[in-house]
Formats: sequence, structure tokens, C-alpha cells
Amino acid sequence: MAMEAAMGLMRRIHPKHSDTALSALLNLLPHHSSDLLSQVDQPLQILHDCDSGKEFILCEYNRDADSYRSPWSNKYHPFLEDVNLPSAELRKLEIEANEVFAIYCDQYYEGGISSVYVWEDDDNESFVGCFLIKKDGSKSGQGRRGYLQEGSWDAIHVIEVGPEEDGTSRYCLTSTVMLSLMTDAQSSGTFSLSGSIRRQMNMDLTVADGHLCNMGRMIEEMESKLRNSLNQVYFGKTREMVCTLRPPAELVQLKLPDRDS
Amino acid sequence: MSEEDQLDEEEEAEEEEEELSDEQKKEIAKWFLTHAPAGEIQYVAKDVRSLLFDEIVYGMAAAEAFPLYNKAHMVSLPMPNSSGDVLITTFGELSENEYLDPRTAQVAIVDHVKQVCTDVRPATDEELPSSYIEDFRCPLDAEIIKYVGEAYPKGVSAVYCSKGKDVDGPGSDFELAVVISAARHSPQNFCNGSWRSSWKIKFNDEMRTMELTGSLQVGAHYFEEGNVQLDANHECKDSTAFQAPDDCAVSIASIISHHENEYLASIEGSYSNLPDTTFKDLRRKLPVTRTLFPWHNTLQLSLNRDITKELGTGK
Repeated sequence: MAMEAAMGLMRRIHPKHSDTALSALLNLLPHHSSDLLSQVDQPLQILHDCDSGKEFILCEYNRDADSYRSPWSNKYHPFLEDVNLPSAELRKLEIEANEVFAIYCDQYYEGGISSVYVWEDDDNESFVGCFLIKKDGSKSGQGRRGYLQEGSWDAIHVIEVGPEEDGTSRYCLTSTVMLSLMTDAQSSGTFSLSGSIRRQMNMDLTVADGHLCNMGRMIEEMESKLRNSLNQVYFGKTREMVCTLRPPAELVQLKLPDRDS
Repeated sequence: MSEEDQLDEEEEAEEEEEELSDEQKKEIAKWFLTHAPAGEIQYVAKDVRSLLFDEIVYGMAAAEAFPLYNKAHMVSLPMPNSSGDVLITTFGELSENEYLDPRTAQVAIVDHVKQVCTDVRPATDEELPSSYIEDFRCPLDAEIIKYVGEAYPKGVSAVYCSKGKDVDGPGSDFELAVVISAARHSPQNFCNGSWRSSWKIKFNDEMRTMELTGSLQVGAHYFEEGNVQLDANHECKDSTAFQAPDDCAVSIASIISHHENEYLASIEGSYSNLPDTTFKDLRRKLPVTRTLFPWHNTLQLSLNRDITKELGTGK
């Protein structure tokens, strides 16, 4: 009941205030803090891994106490003793996934930071992978075309891979994209769009091509779907709303043919 | 468990339990209420109320937040005697719950939290501008009504005297304010939005000029299985000659109409730039290679990448 109201509020409050809204809810509902933290997506944070010289993304899945494991060096930052590390087999997959996903990120995002974390599921027969991308598309960041005063894209893909049966596995993907973009021009003022959406996709796939290949294809398909639906449906609906509030001049003239007579 | 441990645990539990003060709860509730998108404060209020579980604290928060929200959103409320809508704006605010409707020379008594106008009374002479000011305000109001009727399917407007309402003849400066508010609420389609413009017109008596400053604000919220919001803001300026009242009215309305048309066009322009320019800087539709990512051949890919890196032939 309380969670329903909290999620209702998160759906209405402007995405740029989601940090403040979440901390307000955590204060109001201390008993629901773990539910809130797992159901409310927050903008991704990054940390510098001094061992590899690369940056990595923080999330619940690479956290232990107040430290986060870098996928590049496999070390916790800040240093932590007696830590949880993935098994050798999963770490091998994780290394490969990080390498490949960095190239994927380059090709679609022309910049951006990526991180992949892999861990065993509780039953030991299946595993989970979390694929993260953070891109700063502003002109002061990595926006190659330089149109955006502000521009951020955070993608979170969590994919559960079930045990193999007769050569196939079940893949369950939950993806979230959070974005905000803002242009600023003297002649037209500020124009900003921001939002977040979350979707799920399940597939049974043969493992012949390898888990990484299957996970990657699903994530790629999902990202394209999310991008399209943001662009066409979500941005489109806000544009329609503007036209409803104040129809463009052509429409007004069509409706009122004799306005000057 | 030793007695001491038990005590510790109880203390800890108590600490965790240590609730926010009523003042803190009220501030949180107020924050949510004032940050509600256009047309959504009642929905936010319902959720906030059920989270607080404290009618007194909720009541205090609502009493402070609703007036702020109603004024910021320039909410329009129908007056009971079917004399049209009154706009809740700082320009018309006479007291916490009394708002002047200059068009009908009435004062609307409003219930901010319920967002209704409960009563009206005729405005007193002190509350209304002088007849000299009215000579300028009335024709402008008529021109703005005509313009808003044509441009906004559900627009509500008002023209206030924002400075110098007691000026009773030529020789002094004064200022009129034009407010246009259009809102659409379509909760069943998960979509709400509002257009708010507020124009100030300074009548400079000595220079024989009128200076206009406009502040335009457009917002839209679409939240079916997601939460996406548009915010667009624009400030603009213009000036023209101070003429006879009727001519002033016509030229002010045409300046406002011109700037608002231009602004609408610039918003449309920003939308059409999205797919190929602005949105592309966040994520491309297809990779730079213009083909789907070769997941089946990633080993080759990472080898190539290592080689390019080593040879320094990357971009």
C-alpha cells in the first residue's frame, strides 16, 4: 500500500528530481528502504579504477559495504578485505563481456562508459549479468555534434540466464533507460525532455552461439526498442500535447476558415 | 542474549524508529505537492496523504503548498455565478484566498486545497484600477480575448494593472500584465500539459513607448508505463510606440501573437531536430558501421580492437 503510493509519486515527479524524491521517500518510509532502492532507478554513478586507469559504473550488483568492485581489475574500491568475487568461470565470462560490450558501447554511443557484472544466482545453476552504460552527450561531454547543453543517457540491463536444458536456456531481461536532454538558444529559450522507462523481455535461446552472444543480441534489440519508443511514443505524446494546447497556425486556419471575414 | 545486548538492540531499534519530526514530514509533503506536474496535484496529494498517515501534518502541508502551486500554474477556476473563469495569479492576489477577476470586476473567494471558487463578491473601488487605466486595460482585454479564442482551444486570459493602478491621467507611468493559461488534463490517456504565458507591458509616459517582456512556459507529461516530461521556457522582449488606448491594445495583442507563434514554431523545430541531431548525441539508432553489432564474431572484434589500439590507428 505504502509502496504503491511511493511508486505512484515516482511516476509523477519530474525525472530530474528523482534523487530528491527518492531520498524523501527513504526518510518517510525507512522500513521500505530495500524495496525502494530496488524498485526506483537512480542515475548511475562512476568511479575511477586506479589499477586499470579506467572508469567503471556503480550499482547494487558490484557493491559490498561501501566498496565497489571494478570489472577491469576485479578489485574493490576503496580496498576491502574478505570480499565476494565471481567464480573463475564466471569471471572469464565477465572479462570477455566487458571487452565486447565496450566496443558495442563505442559503436552505438560514440563514447560513454560501460561495465558488466556477472554473478551466480542463488541456486548455482543459473547466473545473472548486469550490463550498464552511461553516456554524457552534452557538448562539454561526449556529444560529438555539440547540440546539447545537457544530455545524459543511463542504461541498466539485468539479465537472468536459466539452467541449460536440451541445449537451450531461458533469458529474462529487465531494462531501464533514464535520459535527459536540454538545448538552450537565445532565440528559443530552453527546451528539455527527460524521462525514464523500464521494460522486460523473455526468450528461450539455444546456447550454441554462447551466452554472451545471446545476451548481447537481446540487449541490442531492447535498446533499439526503448530508443524508438522514447523517440516516437513518449516524445511524440508530449509534442501532441503541445499541439493540443496551442494548435499550429495551419490547423487554426483550417478550423476557422472565416476568421478574418 | 544478555540483558545489555537486548538493551542495545532496543536502543538501536528505537534509533531506527526515531521518526522524522512533524516539521520535517510537512516539508517533505510540501515538496512533493509543489513539484506536482500540471494538473496532477490532486493525485500527488492522495499518495502523499496515504504515506504520511497523519491528517494534521498533511493538512498543514496542503495549506502551504496548494496556494503556491495554484499561483505558479496559473490555475483557472470557474466562478459560481457563471461569469467565466478566474485565474489564480500573483497579479490578482488580494489576500490568501481572494483573487481579483478584472474582467468582471469581481473578487473570487477560493478554496486552494479543493481548487474551487466558492463565492464571488463585487470588487471595491480601491481594488480596481482608475478609469484612466481602465481605458487602456479594457480594450487590451478585448483584443487578448479575441487572440486567445483563436489560438488556444481552451485558453483563459486576464489583463491586470500590475503597477500604477491609481494613475488618473496622462503624465505618469503604469504597467499592465497579460496572463494566458491553457491546460489539458487527460489522465485516462496518461497525459497532461499546460501553456502559461505572462506578459508585462510598461507604459512609459515621457518616452511615449511601451516595453513588453514575456515569459513563456510550456510543460507536458506522458506517463503510461514510464515518466517522460517536456519543459520549455522562453523569455522575450519587444517595444512599440505608446498610442491611443485602442491602438495600443491592437499593437500589444499583435506583438504577443507574433512572439507566441514564433515560440511555438521553435518548439516544433526542437522536436523535428530530435531524431537526426539532438537525440543522436545520446545514442545512435544504428552503430557507426550502420549494421547490427556482430555478436557472433566478437572474438575477432576484440582482437581487431587490440591491434588498432597497439598500432595507434584508432580514431
